[in-house]
Parts: sequence; structure tokens; C-alpha cells
Amino acid sequence: MSIRDYVTLRVGGQLFGVDAARVHDVFHPRGLTPVPLSRSEIAGVLNLRGRIVTAVCARQRLALPPREADAPEPLAIGLEVQGDSYGLIIDSVDEVLKLDDDRFHAPPGNLPPRWADIILGVYQLEKELLIVLDPHTLLDAAHLKAA
Amino acid sequence: MRASVRRVFIRGRMSLALTYSDAVCGMGWGATFGCAALMTGYQVDDLIAEFLTETAESLEVVDSELVRFEANPNERKTLDNIFRLVHTIKGTCGFLGLGRLEAVAHAGETLLGRFRDGKLEVTPTAVTLVLHSIDRIKVILAGLEQTGLEPDGSDEDLIEQLEAMAEGREVAIDAVKSVTVPDRPIASDAEDVVMLEVKQELDRPLRPGEVSLDELEAAFLAAEAPDWMNETAPEAVTEATPEPVVAEPVAAEPVAAQSELNTSLAALSNLASGGEEGGGITTTQSIRVSVDVLEGLMTLVSEMVLTRNQLLQISRNREDSAFATPLQRLSTLTGELQDSVMKTRMQPIGAAWKKLPRLVRDLSHELGKKIDLVMEGEGTELDRQVLELIRDPLTHMVRNSADHGLESTEERIKLGKPANGTVKLAAFHEGGYIVIRISDNGRGLNTARIREKVIEKGLASRNEVETMSDQQIHRYIFAPGFSTAAAVTNLSGRGVGMDVVRTNIEQIGGQIDLNSVTGQGTTFTIKIPLTLAIVSALIVGAGGQKFAVPQTSVMELVRTGANAEHKIERIEQSLVLRLRDKLLPLVQLSPTLKLGEYDEDETAFVMVIQVGERRYGLVVNDVLDTEEIVVKPLAGILRDVQSFSGATILGDGSVVLILDPNALSEHAGNILDDKATEVAEDVHSEAQGQKVAMLLFRAGGGAPKAVELEHITRLEHIESDKIERMDGRAALQYRGRLMPIVNVLDGNGLKDNDIQPLLVFTGEGYAMGLAVDEIVDVVEDYLSIELSADHPGVRGTAVVAGRACEILDVEHYQLRGLAEHHRRDRAPALHTEAA
Repeated sequence: MSIRDYVTLRVGGQLFGVDAARVHDVFHPRGLTPVPLSRSEIAGVLNLRGRIVTAVCARQRLALPPREADAPEPLAIGLEVQGDSYGLIIDSVDEVLKLDDDRFHAPPGNLPPRWADIILGVYQLEKELLIVLDPHTLLDAAHLKAA
Repeated sequence: MRASVRRVFIRGRMSLALTYSDAVCGMGWGATFGCAALMTGYQVDDLIAEFLTETAESLEVVDSELVRFEANPNERKTLDNIFRLVHTIKGTCGFLGLGRLEAVAHAGETLLGRFRDGKLEVTPTAVTLVLHSIDRIKVILAGLEQTGLEPDGSDEDLIEQLEAMAEGREVAIDAVKSVTVPDRPIASDAEDVVMLEVKQELDRPLRPGEVSLDELEAAFLAAEAPDWMNETAPEAVTEATPEPVVAEPVAAEPVAAQSELNTSLAALSNLASGGEEGGGITTTQSIRVSVDVLEGLMTLVSEMVLTRNQLLQISRNREDSAFATPLQRLSTLTGELQDSVMKTRMQPIGAAWKKLPRLVRDLSHELGKKIDLVMEGEGTELDRQVLELIRDPLTHMVRNSADHGLESTEERIKLGKPANGTVKLAAFHEGGYIVIRISDNGRGLNTARIREKVIEKGLASRNEVETMSDQQIHRYIFAPGFSTAAAVTNLSGRGVGMDVVRTNIEQIGGQIDLNSVTGQGTTFTIKIPLTLAIVSALIVGAGGQKFAVPQTSVMELVRTGANAEHKIERIEQSLVLRLRDKLLPLVQLSPTLKLGEYDEDETAFVMVIQVGERRYGLVVNDVLDTEEIVVKPLAGILRDVQSFSGATILGDGSVVLILDPNALSEHAGNILDDKATEVAEDVHSEAQGQKVAMLLFRAGGGAPKAVELEHITRLEHIESDKIERMDGRAALQYRGRLMPIVNVLDGNGLKDNDIQPLLVFTGEGYAMGLAVDEIVDVVEDYLSIELSADHPGVRGTAVVAGRACEILDVEHYQLRGLAEHHRRDRAPALHTEAA
């Protein structure tokens, strides 16, 4: 029995979790420079304390509808994949949860392909399900292309 | 000169010694940050300083080796090592014009040579003498370090002793044997004198030029006297093997011994009391640093440059002058730091060539060819990172030259060429680039075979190939999957050759070209930037966004627009710019990046960009600034976006994308068609000296059109209501026949209630009228098509009478006219049916 920390976050109303050890920071994605000709998931590049961070829109990535016009300013979580810095743009960050591995389940088989690829598993919380994202496949060019 | 010295000193390892070389001065930003003056100051002593450091190291080795050698006089390897070290020191001294040092080292070397030849038996006395000469060298070096000049003084005494030892071998040996000091490896100088004295008595009269023993002794005593030991850096003495001090008590001459002992002790105490005096030549002045540390340092400095840029930007926007001065200072220092760190990363290109002699030797054996490898400019320095990236392409090309380029030895002899083929590598600096040439004096490229291969692989049609110059055909060897090797050898010819080389070189912002002359050989020229880490960039605006363009690829900047001297002209969908009577195909940045359409009336800038042999103009809305930028690679998720080579953070903290001029040229598509441009050049050369009469006319928007007058039978101006229209087609009763009227493809169509100008073409059994808007002029000019057409009905674009004109493809319209005739035969029938 081992306990893991998860940063929980919301995208389009759905609760997601990312292994807290992989989240470098949480920030407001501001000063974005769009990257012409890039895929629609790419929100742009930005300067985060002297580092160039590539911002990826989680809603686009998960094929969710775009944010409402009056929605509060989105947040981004800083992740590192294969040595590159990424910012995953999400709606909001909730608490950090300590979750027991025993309650972790493999993703169900009936997920849409765009999701199945990037989900490590599911936790059954009391009120809702927590979907654990895999930052690696989420932000990997090859997986993105396949999606 | 510099090259050879560096080779000796660096021996292929990174040295942290901050040397200041001309190479680095030429890099552009050195001057930008105002440290050029600072650098010149160091340059004078540069070589000397390096020499001192390296020689001190060598001498330390000689010291210990000599001691070991004495213990095992039969150990040949040790002696060889000593001999080589002393020889190197001598050679370098001579090279640097250090006469005094050279003389001493030479005498020492002579004596060592005797040992080596076995002509002189190794005795403690002899070794001592050699050690003395080493000490003397140290003393001179100390003086050199302090003043930059060799100290005054004579070494005749020591040299005479060394020579005497070398000359008077036999007796000396006996003498030494007779007075062997059993336990102690090193004999005293006094013993030396005694032994020589013995020899002199026993043996022969003085030879001409040889000094008498008395004189020698006197000289020797003088040498031991404090005069030179006092004036020298004390640590030189103490640092030397301890023999003089230890051996002294054995001295036969008590006074001399006492005096020497005193000075030595004085030197010792001096060293003990004042360490600060001890930091001289014998302390190592270069340390080996791992490349990772240097890379880390470089990253930090790059970040610092960025931060500096940001600060400068902020300061520029503020009146607050309190920061201005220290910031300026910080800026200068940052520049200097950047400079210095860059230098630590510089390596001579010879490092990438090291394996080549062996490679060529092996090749020579395998292929049965005699091959000489000539290397020039090995000392040319460039960034380590760049060096790593070109190592493989260079090796590949040398292999290619040896394998494909050079004929077999028999063939060469038959052709009356020197039996030995030569592969030559040369490197030199040019602007911010390093140029590398790989040439062979072999058979040259086989143009005919490449031509066939081009057609066979479908890279160009036979017609196209026929109009190309040899050089254009030769360049196809850079095309992917191209290899003409008749037999695939173990070494090359697997078809993954030159295109990979080209890709590798272009990836680091370099260019490659070749020149081949049948029977004389082939030369490849590679141009690569000195460094990749920091580049000078133009910051441009397009589609409301900022972009950075590496300055090295921008040849010039042309302002265009309504009030500017240059105007952008449109041919169909493509834009061109007339630049010094040449047509420059244009790529509009903002539509290419899907950032909105280009507004022709607005002022714009055309950046003339050179990519390899191609040249094109990149149209941007604005040129904002130039800035030193640190190139950061794009994240993996963005690697498939071809138009950008990276990103950087500007002074204002914003992130901008760095445009890749090479990739953008691909976006330009058909108007940039390499073949087309080059074909056109050929047409140009053919057309030289022959003017053609041409009719200029307008039809539709854009550039005027032109057609050779000889194709036109007549010009007619017809009232437009006389033209009969049926079923979307038009015809005119003309000379008793129905003549089809054809519109120019992108023209405005027929006029209503106006005079319609027609160009009448006639052929076998038919006539055709081409409707145009306006006949402009008839001119005589050279017809040289500069750009190929990208749509039917046009042969291409040319400058006619100073204007960019589309040249009409008469054949195309004749065919259409012919088709109309056939259709007309059936058309009335269809009409009746319909009615």
C-alpha cells in the first residue's frame, strides 16, 4: 500500500489529476506568442522566468469545447517532458490529494481514442471520478499526431 | 604560424587558458561590445604566456624523467621521452625567437643525443649537467615571465660544459666511474670539475676551439656563483630536482660549495617566507576542464546576455539615468564574459581531422591508389559544437574524394598525371563563417552519368536536363538518394552520401557547393557559422507578430511600397521584385504563415535572402530592430512546424520565433523552382547578342505581357459588337471565314461597346484572334526568361525594356485556337438541336 500525491485540476468540468512530483509550477499563461502553422492544441510559447515554455491547451487536446467567453482567467501547470518545458492550460487547480494506490483502476475500455491514450487510470473518489493524466503521452509529438 | 603552435600546446585537449586569437576577433560581437581594444593588449604576450605555461609543465616532466633515467640508464623509453621534450622546447624557443633559451636547450639536447646514440655512457655527472641546463632554462623562463623578454646574461659557461661533456666522452666516462657516488644518484658539480681535470691530464692536447680545463673550471665556478641564482625567481631553483643542495657537501671545492649552498638555502627560505613570489612559471597555468562545465558556463552566459538585453530595453524606455552608467558597464562586462567563455569553446578544426590521415592511408591500401592527404589551416578555430556536427560530413567527403574522385594509380599514369592523387583539406575564416574546402585532383564528376541518373530518377525531365549547365547537373549529387558509384564499395557509394552531408550542413546554418572540372578534379566548398549559440538577428514584424531572422542569411534589405523606389509586382498569384535588372521571387511572410493577406499598397520590406545557391525575397511589414539572440530549440511538440528553427526571448521579455530561411524557401514553392531559375539563366546566356522584336500588351491585371512579334500575323482593332458570341465562345467573321476569338487566360475578357484590340495568329488552315485589353508597344530587347511560369499560357517572366513582363506561350493559344476550330465544326449542330 503506497500513497501518492496528485495535483487535481478541472478542465471542462471534469476532474483530472497529475502526479504532483511532475508538476513544476502553476502559473497564469500570459504573454503568449502564437506559433503559426502549429497544431490547434498549441496555444503558443511564453517566457516563464527566462525559460521558454510551450503552452498546450488541455481543452483542445482532450477535444473538449473551448472555454466560455466569461470564464475566469485560465491557469497552467508546468510540466517537463523529454527535457522540454510545457505549460498545460487548464481551467482551474483544486487541492493536492493523497491517494492510495489500492483505489487506482486501469482506464475503462470504452474511452474515446483521444482520451484512452493519455490516461493512466482512474480513482473512484466519493463524489466523482478522478482521471489521472499521463503528461508524457499528453505532450508527446508522436501521440499528438496519432490523436 | 599560430596554428602549428596551438597544435603543439593543446594536443587535442580543451585548454582553459584564455588565449586571444584573431579568429575570435572576427566574430562580430567582439567588436560590438567594445572589447577589441582589450584583446589587442593580450595578443602580444599571448604566445609567450602559452609557451611559458606549457614549457613549465614539460620541464617538470623532464626533471622527474631524468631522475628516473639516471636510476635506470638502460630504459630507452625514458630517454626518448626526455629527448623529445627537450627537443620540443628547443624547437618552440627557436620559433618564438628566444635565442638564449634555444642555445641552452640545444646544448642539452646534443648531450642527450649522445646518450641516445649510445656514444656516451650515462653517468650521474652527465645527468647533473643536464639537470643544470634545465635549471638554467627555468631561470631564463622566470625572467621571461617577469619582463616578457629573455633576461640578459650569458650561458656560454653552461653550454661549454655541455659541449665538453659531449666531446670528451671516453675519459670522462672513466673518470666518472672512478668517482662514482654509489648511493646518491646525483653527483656534484665539483666532482664534475675534478673528473674533467683528470681527463685533461691523462689525455690529449686541446682541440681547436675547445676550452682549456682551467677556463672551463673558472667558467663553471662562475656559473655556480650567486650571480644568476640570485637574480632569478627562487622557486625555479627549489622546484628543480634537489640535487644541487643535496650534492653540495661532496664538493671538492669548499668555498664554491659553501656559496652555492648559501644561495640555495636563501632561495628556500625565500620560498618558505613569501609564497606570493612563488606563483611563477612552474605552477601550472592551464587546467583541463570537462566539456560539460564549459557547456554549463556557456548556458549561464547566454542567459546572462538575455537578461542584460532585457535590462537595456527597460533602461532605454526610462529617463531614470541613475542606472544608465552601471548598466552600461554591466553590459560591457557581460559582452566580455561572453567573449571569453566563447573562446573556451573554440577548438582548432584539426581536431576533427585527426582521424583522416589514417583513414586515407587505409583507403589507399584498400583501393590500391596512392593518395596524399594535404591539410591546411588545421588551426582554424570554431565552436566545439559546430566541430562535432561537421566531423562526420567531413569524413564522408574525404572518403568520397578518395574513393570516387581519384583515379587509380595506373589510370593516372596513363593520363600523364602524377601517380599520387591528392586530397586536400583547407580551412579558413571568412566573415562570420569558416570556410572548408575539400578538393581532389582526380577525374572530376561524370556529368553524363549524373545527367542520365537525374532523368532515370525522375528528378528532372530530359528537356530540362539538356538546358542545364554542367554545374547545375553536378549539384544533383546533393539530391536525396542520389549515388552514381558504378560499384558499391565497402567505403562509399551507398546512396546515402551527399544529401545527408548537405542536410547536416544546412541544419547548422551552413552551405555547401561544388565545382568540378573533368579531368582536373572536384572541389567542395562548405561555409558554416563559427558558433551556433548566439546569433545576430533582425527582428521583423509580419501579420501583427514579431519574428527573428538570422542576420547571416539576409543579404540586403529593400524598402518597397507606393512611395518607394522599388515596387512589388504581381505575376498571376506570385510576387516578384525587380532588383538590378533581375527578378527576385518573393515570399510573403504573413500569408505563408497564415497570418493574413498582404496589402500591396502598404510600405513593406523585402529581405533578400540567400539559401545555398538560391536567392529569394521575404516580404515583411516591418523591420524593427537587430538583436543578439540566444537560440533555443523548440519543444518536441513543435518540431514538425518547419518554418521555425527555434525561439528566443527578446529584451522586452517577449518570446519570438526564429524563422528558418531554408524552410521558408520551400514554402515559396513553384516560383522558387531551382531548375526553372537556372534554365532561365541558360536561356539568358543563349540569347546574349541577339535582340528580339516583341509586342507588349496588357490583358488583365498585373504585369504587362509580351510576345515575339514574329508569331503575330496582324494586329486588328475591331468594334466589339462585330464579335459574335455563342455558347460562351466568341468568333469574328474575318476575311470571309469565321475566326475564333480567344481570351488571354487571366485577362478581362471581351470589351463591350468599345474597340477590341486583337492579335491575329495564323497557322496551317486556321486563324485565331487573341483578345487583349491594350496594345502597349513594340520593342526590341534581349529575351531572357528569368522565372518559369506556374500557369499555362505563359512561358515565363522576363525583363523586357526594363519592365517585368510575362512572355506569352504562343503554342498554347494556337492549340486552343485549333481546338476552337474543331469545336466550331460541331457547335452549330448542337445549337440547332437545342433550338
